[in-house]
Amino acid sequence: MSLPEIWFVVVAVLFAGYFLLEGFDFGVGMLMPFVGRRRGETAQEGDVRRRVLINTIGPVWDGNEVWVITGAGAMFAAFPGWYATMFSGLYLPLLLILVGLIARVVAIEWRGKIDDPRWRRWCDVGIGLGSWLPAFLWGVAFANLMRGLPINADHQFVGGIGDLVHPYALLGGVATTILFVTHGAVFLSLKTADEMRVASMTVARRLAVPTAVVVLAFGLWNQAEHGTRVTAIALAVAAVAAVVTAIATTARREVLAFVATSLTIAAVAVIIFGTLWGALIPSTIDPAFDLTIAGATSSHYTLTVISWASIVTVPVVVGYQAWTYWVFRQRISTRDIPSSIGLSMRAPSDAAAENRS
Amino acid sequence: MNALDISRWQFGITTVYHFILVPLTIGLAPMVAVMQTVWTVTGNEQWYRATKFFGKLFLINFALGVATGIVQEFQFGMNWSEYSRFVGDVFGAPLALEGLVAFFLESTFLGLWIFGWARLPKKVHLACIWLVAIGVNASAYFIIAANSWMQHPVGARFNPETKRAELVDFWAVMTNNTTLAAFPHTLAGSFLTAGTFVAAIGIWWMVRNSRRAKRTADVELASTLRTDARTLYRPVTRFALWVIVVSGVALAITGDVQGKLMFEQQPMKMASAESLCHTETGAAFSVLTIGTHNNCDSITRVIELPNLTSFLATNTFDATLPGVAEMQQFYNETVGPGDYRPNLFVTYWAFRAMIGWAGGSALLALAGLWFTRKGRVPESKWLGRLAIAAIPTPFLANSSGWVFTEMGRQPWMVVPNPTGDPNIHLTVQQGVSNNSSATVLVSLITFTLVYGALAVIWFSLIRRYAVEGPLAHDAHPPTDDSARDGDGDGADDDASEKLSFAY
Repeated sequence: MSLPEIWFVVVAVLFAGYFLLEGFDFGVGMLMPFVGRRRGETAQEGDVRRRVLINTIGPVWDGNEVWVITGAGAMFAAFPGWYATMFSGLYLPLLLILVGLIARVVAIEWRGKIDDPRWRRWCDVGIGLGSWLPAFLWGVAFANLMRGLPINADHQFVGGIGDLVHPYALLGGVATTILFVTHGAVFLSLKTADEMRVASMTVARRLAVPTAVVVLAFGLWNQAEHGTRVTAIALAVAAVAAVVTAIATTARREVLAFVATSLTIAAVAVIIFGTLWGALIPSTIDPAFDLTIAGATSSHYTLTVISWASIVTVPVVVGYQAWTYWVFRQRISTRDIPSSIGLSMRAPSDAAAENRS
Repeated sequence: MNALDISRWQFGITTVYHFILVPLTIGLAPMVAVMQTVWTVTGNEQWYRATKFFGKLFLINFALGVATGIVQEFQFGMNWSEYSRFVGDVFGAPLALEGLVAFFLESTFLGLWIFGWARLPKKVHLACIWLVAIGVNASAYFIIAANSWMQHPVGARFNPETKRAELVDFWAVMTNNTTLAAFPHTLAGSFLTAGTFVAAIGIWWMVRNSRRAKRTADVELASTLRTDARTLYRPVTRFALWVIVVSGVALAITGDVQGKLMFEQQPMKMASAESLCHTETGAAFSVLTIGTHNNCDSITRVIELPNLTSFLATNTFDATLPGVAEMQQFYNETVGPGDYRPNLFVTYWAFRAMIGWAGGSALLALAGLWFTRKGRVPESKWLGRLAIAAIPTPFLANSSGWVFTEMGRQPWMVVPNPTGDPNIHLTVQQGVSNNSSATVLVSLITFTLVYGALAVIWFSLIRRYAVEGPLAHDAHPPTDDSARDGDGDGADDDASEKLSFAY
């Protein structure tokens, strides 16, 4: 493999890591109104449930998100042409993803700061927005790359928003969304205790078959139009993993189910990047305008520099992230959640403060 | 407005937003780490309270800093795709390294720090905040190296086949003399910001406690208030005041070094900062000029200090400095016809605002150190007010400095290096994406509104938590017992133990 080809794989691995790790973060966020709520419970109980959800990803979600920032950075460094065309071409989907990510960061971090039901409701909206939007739009974005964009001889995107919205891309978005929800539900069943563990697994079990159907439908469509041998193998793996997910969730085998959904996500990443392998972004105007690996890559020297940097840093990063998961490996139940330590919305008056001590 | 103007406004607005939050993060992380270290070493629980108190403010700020930072990573490709194509070979590497080395470090270890109070051994937990502090500062280094390359491109050559700048010496990029001057200057500005923030809040609380102690009839309460003022707020404030002093000196020195570099590398920027319209020998430093400013003909110099600019530029009083008109002519002859002048009004006043606003922190440091000398605890109301008034000044100085340095390089995105490869340069017109103005306008409006709303919430939260002061439930650190409990089996068994922190 040549150095640019290796870097294509590195970018693919970074995005696969992002989908794998943020997949369950998004899933947890999307499940807030479902697993985070139960019929006939008080507002207080519901809030504790939602706090359990947030806290399963509490110490790690920020580190998970860095995978996409580094992925974009690696893309910029290794394939400036790819980065430039993709990010300017998929302008509006990326804008919405950014809005979602911004909302999610502040909503998660600020939610507990104020002890007020209205405040928390707005934060839950932010977490929902920041989970649903990226989960769906990353699927739309990558499906568009796989199908190709209207790019001219200078690799500039010359289409409009209408060129990005079509059944294939929408199915891609639905596929990533439902896959991340299932992944999140399985993750929750691994990370929570008692009743919430059961509830999460129930959601995962119900979603397992629809997830398999949607993901395989997208995979088959892609295989028919853009398939290669690599994507065919990945599709087979995805199919097997989806079946295993269904079996494992029915048998309440949490670890096996998590391995299976992780494998499905990895297989989907292979399908995405396996499809892009031929031409990084095919041009729908003229195949001669395709953005190829050779046409988008950085110089050999730059690739050498970032290769050495990665060889040194990536094992360390993977090591300490794994350690974080180990440190926070215990299950969380509603009983573990301390009472809210947020402040009231407004400061008490000075006189009251005087008496309080 | 066309897509170029909107893209410039958008990058300016989002970056200025980001850099309201960044300096506080960069400066406050090490300061909180120092507070926690003092507590760990001495066992003095007042420093534990200070760590928790300023740690909370740090986290509120960190969240929005991250949120506004994500946008920057995408924006180069979205709005400046032609620039990204031209420089990606050079510019991408520090960005990728920033992610790999710094962002992973800070985000992962911040999670460990927030949630690890009762789960990690004390020293490991302390190491986490230090790694966060190293991470935020390392990220500043990488991104400033990237920015400095735009101001003074080195270590690259123009490849006529690919028509782009290509990296030939990574070490040269990372040790660019512009980077080596800009990085400590930015760091000093960040420490000045955090020092001012901590000192001002500390002074305000000292004054407040002393005054409340006087007013109340409750003897016990009065004694607690006085003890806190003397043993919590005073030491923390003195520590922060010395941070201001040291970073202030560093700012002046690094600023002078940077200024000399700019006269060499970007003479147009410095000429416009000084309203130096025509080449002069023994150029004066302009303190005040009037006129519409964006036009050399209308400028009337009111107050000036003779020969000072020449001295600042070269350390000799009678050096000859090129003026805006001569530089314009030079570029016209060497690069081709065009307008190569930055906005004279903005560069002139941003430069002066940067220096002027830094005076706020200097004033606070002088007043603070004087009124807390020899164990004194101030109770003067106006000192409390001065402290509050000083808080925004370093933020304004930081923004002014970046506005000056970025708008001073206009119309270039990559400024031609007088001693580098003459083919490596790019104007903003050449760098902008091929987007419709409507598309860019949508994102400009979206970001401005979202950031605006979040900034209001950020300010209210910081204010609310600063006014609340150290919280009662953070009065004592978690005991060693709970630390061992949490670290033990990790199974469901210890479910009865509440988490020490939960979102």
